[in-house]
Amino acid sequence: MSSQTQSGGHLTNDDAKRTAPGLRVDLRLIADKINAGTRVLDVGCGDGALLNYLATHKDVDGRGIELSQSGVNACVARGLAVIQGNADTDLSDYPSGAFDYVILSQTLQAVHQPHKVMSEMLRIGTRGIVSFPNFGYWRVRWDLLTHGRMPITETLNQAWYETPNIHMCTVKDFVLLCDDLGIAIEQSITVDHNGRPTPFQGSGFLANLLSEQGVFVLGNGI
Amino acid sequence: MVAKYVIGALDPSNNQSAMTDTNATDQNAQKSRDTDAGASDSLNAQEGKVTFGPDQPLPLDCGVELSPYTVAYATFGTLNEERSNVVLVCHALTGDQYVAGIHPTTGKPGWWPMMVGPGLPIDTDRYFVLCANVLGGCMGTTGPKESDPKTGKPYGLEFPVITIGDMVRAQARLLDHLGIEKVLCVTGGSMGGMQVLEWAASYPKRVVSAIPIAGAARHSAQNIAFHEVGRQAIMADPNWEGGSYLNTGNNPRAGLAVARMAAHVTYLSEQALHRKFGRSLQDREAVTYGFEADFQVESYLRHQGITFVDRFDANSYLYITRAMDYFDLAVDFDGSLASAFEGTETRFCVVSFTSDWLFPTSESRDVVHALNAFTAKVSFVEIDTDKGHDAFLLDEPEFFDTLRGFLGAAAKDQGIEGAQS
Repeated sequence: MSSQTQSGGHLTNDDAKRTAPGLRVDLRLIADKINAGTRVLDVGCGDGALLNYLATHKDVDGRGIELSQSGVNACVARGLAVIQGNADTDLSDYPSGAFDYVILSQTLQAVHQPHKVMSEMLRIGTRGIVSFPNFGYWRVRWDLLTHGRMPITETLNQAWYETPNIHMCTVKDFVLLCDDLGIAIEQSITVDHNGRPTPFQGSGFLANLLSEQGVFVLGNGI
Repeated sequence: MVAKYVIGALDPSNNQSAMTDTNATDQNAQKSRDTDAGASDSLNAQEGKVTFGPDQPLPLDCGVELSPYTVAYATFGTLNEERSNVVLVCHALTGDQYVAGIHPTTGKPGWWPMMVGPGLPIDTDRYFVLCANVLGGCMGTTGPKESDPKTGKPYGLEFPVITIGDMVRAQARLLDHLGIEKVLCVTGGSMGGMQVLEWAASYPKRVVSAIPIAGAARHSAQNIAFHEVGRQAIMADPNWEGGSYLNTGNNPRAGLAVARMAAHVTYLSEQALHRKFGRSLQDREAVTYGFEADFQVESYLRHQGITFVDRFDANSYLYITRAMDYFDLAVDFDGSLASAFEGTETRFCVVSFTSDWLFPTSESRDVVHALNAFTAKVSFVEIDTDKGHDAFLLDEPEFFDTLRGFLGAAAKDQGIEGAQS
């Protein structure tokens, strides 16, 4: 089964800014993909910025999982239902089809078993939305090529020995993993350094080179 | 306009919502409406006592119908007109209804002075805090030291064995009596946490939000073992007299003190004991080569034991520890803890502490997993502390922030806005 990819260029960053000011760019893009009144699980929800936005503006019934105590406390203080937990181990508790969307925003690269987390995501949720930093981005490649050292960029801003990002991948890797897992890519949005959409065409060669991060809407491929 | 009832000024006759036990005898001396009572007075506990007569027996899990029985309680803050700002606090094994304010027996502050009060996380300027002495207790609610109406003598071991479920049922009767249909929040630590879970499972429609703290859905083998040590210490004291010591004016002081000392160790942690005492000696330069309390930690434990005896009944200790041992919420739901919470609309905030080895985080996680099975609205925080199980009673700013935030959000959701003036 091959992954279906579509160009996601119909949403510009300016549109997203208008719909969700103050949110991180990938969160703005994710928020725009979520229908009002749905059930959402945000895995690695940080301080709850997205869940809070969705609850306030889209009447979403949200839940969250977050590893850090400071993040969980911030969420609970906002009245969000968030548990301190781990994407690798705690998704198995949730019943199948419990959510309309399961979100992994800048989380996938920090889990121990990304492929299993992806499968769990689409067991629990009808759709998954994943955002991640693209290791195929030309600045990352350039950095590695010229300096011979692990790149440090705006989105990958910690040294290799202290970064929580243990499973970096490129947009191309991600597309291939979806293919292997039988996951359908319903929409793909790749954005450049300035948050502008990068065209995703054919094999996605250009997107893989020019985008700093990817945001993918996934389905079960059935 | 907020009706300023102060309880026992919460006179059931004022209540039109027909949940009142009209035959119950409200023994509270302070029935009058006190319109002057404001926030500044709210740390003064308003005390109440309700006796449920022979026509309202309490069916116990052991099969006995307890009658008559009395529930003693204390309240803090002001009940709003809608009766929607109630925070029910469930106390732990050796706690009582004196959550805040000054304890009438010991003259010391209540057991949760940093949590409950004006401006504190459970803000008595905003919420109406209610805490009842548990069934089987010894601070006014019916327990083994009260008179058995059949004999006119203290119950002693004639008192029926009670459970966490029975405790909660008695509290529900109290709420009925007070005309309180729903509580904004039910919370408590340790055995209080067990009661919170029982409340949420047995009366889901009456509980808007629940905060079980350092609790568990069942008592572990290790904890049953520690309780058994305590009970054996009491029963080995000749002054226990088969539980009938109150008839002869005796008191198994030594046995109860040992039980408390052993239990107290389980409430702490190795790190906390080391930090507090290390191997420091008590008022001496060198060890005495004897069995006096050479070490500060010994002196501290002895003090804990001795002071406990003055305020607690030995038979109550037996009964309440037994209630905890019997607690296993899943058993009532065909062995499935998740089933206990099926379809619940209660918002949960489960709290545990990293160094708590009596009610470890794994026990709280089991509860969270069960709640997740039905995608309940659950928050879970594990507070990083080295203070052990007792951390829930101590100064833990992250813990306070969590409760303040969660409770505030639940209140806002119910349309209960900021402090009442």
